Amino acid sequence: MNLPQWEQGAELPAQTYRVTRADLVAYAGVSGDHNPIHWSDRIATAVGLPGVMAHGMYTMALGARALTAWAGDPGRVRAYGVRFTRPVIVPDDDTGVDVVVRGVVGPAEAAGVRIELTVSCGGSSVLGRAGALVALDAQRASADG
Amino acid sequence: MPLDKRLAGRTFPPTRPHDVSRHEVRQFAAAIGETDPLHHDVEAARARGYPDLPAPVTFPIVVAFEAMGALLQHPDVGIQLRHVVHSAQRFDSARPVRAGDVLTATLTVEQVRTAAGTDLITTRSDIATVGGEHVCSAYATLAHRAP
Repeated sequence: MNLPQWEQGAELPAQTYRVTRADLVAYAGVSGDHNPIHWSDRIATAVGLPGVMAHGMYTMALGARALTAWAGDPGRVRAYGVRFTRPVIVPDDDTGVDVVVRGVVGPAEAAGVRIELTVSCGGSSVLGRAGALVALDAQRASADG
Repeated sequence: MPLDKRLAGRTFPPTRPHDVSRHEVRQFAAAIGETDPLHHDVEAARARGYPDLPAPVTFPIVVAFEAMGALLQHPDVGIQLRHVVHSAQRFDSARPVRAGDVLTATLTVEQVRTAAGTDLITTRSDIATVGGEHVCSAYATLAHRAP
């Protein structure tokens, strides 16, 4: 872990992830969440959405990708929580949408450092109270359990 | 009909054991665009201290989701998935899930409350190996509006 970047108040490098319909179909398959609002415009609009929305857990997973990229190892992400506040609408085209994950280092605790996340799409925040606890080197979860 | 508040505090039986395969870890990582060889190449994982492919951070939702599905379908609950919105999620992880784990999720309803006609159900799914090793607790808040 690159220690200098973990000073309180430091901004971590923003990560941008492209999301397409194909990603949502793949995620539905691997996650077991087959809710049709994540792949059918017909059903998404019938329940009042402007279109197909990404699984909240897909967006949360992108936040975790950023945390893992910053921390260098998934075993360092000891706690991670979000609220799902706004849908990420994914158009049926070849471009998809970009989700941007930003992070600011919060206070250090015995078990690691707090990271506050801002996850946005089209300039609007899509997750609320998004935060994580990232362990420092000596605190990484033992890989062999 | 609002949910029975007596659900709070109730623990449901563990889910059927879920065998986490290398293929599944790779597919989950690919679906979220995670290309780090750590999740795809066993040698890369071993070189970084893992006995097998570790899954991405939010993978435990796959196992927790099985427990949540069983809750929604339970005769004492009877909620249809299409009336449910996932409103919050949190993971407390002891270690990453990894290929070769055989996991169950044991769900406890922590809280049931009603606000403006919406039931909010807070659940905790404790994910453990069949050998009894605690791996992760996944906390989900589900919002349910009766039709």
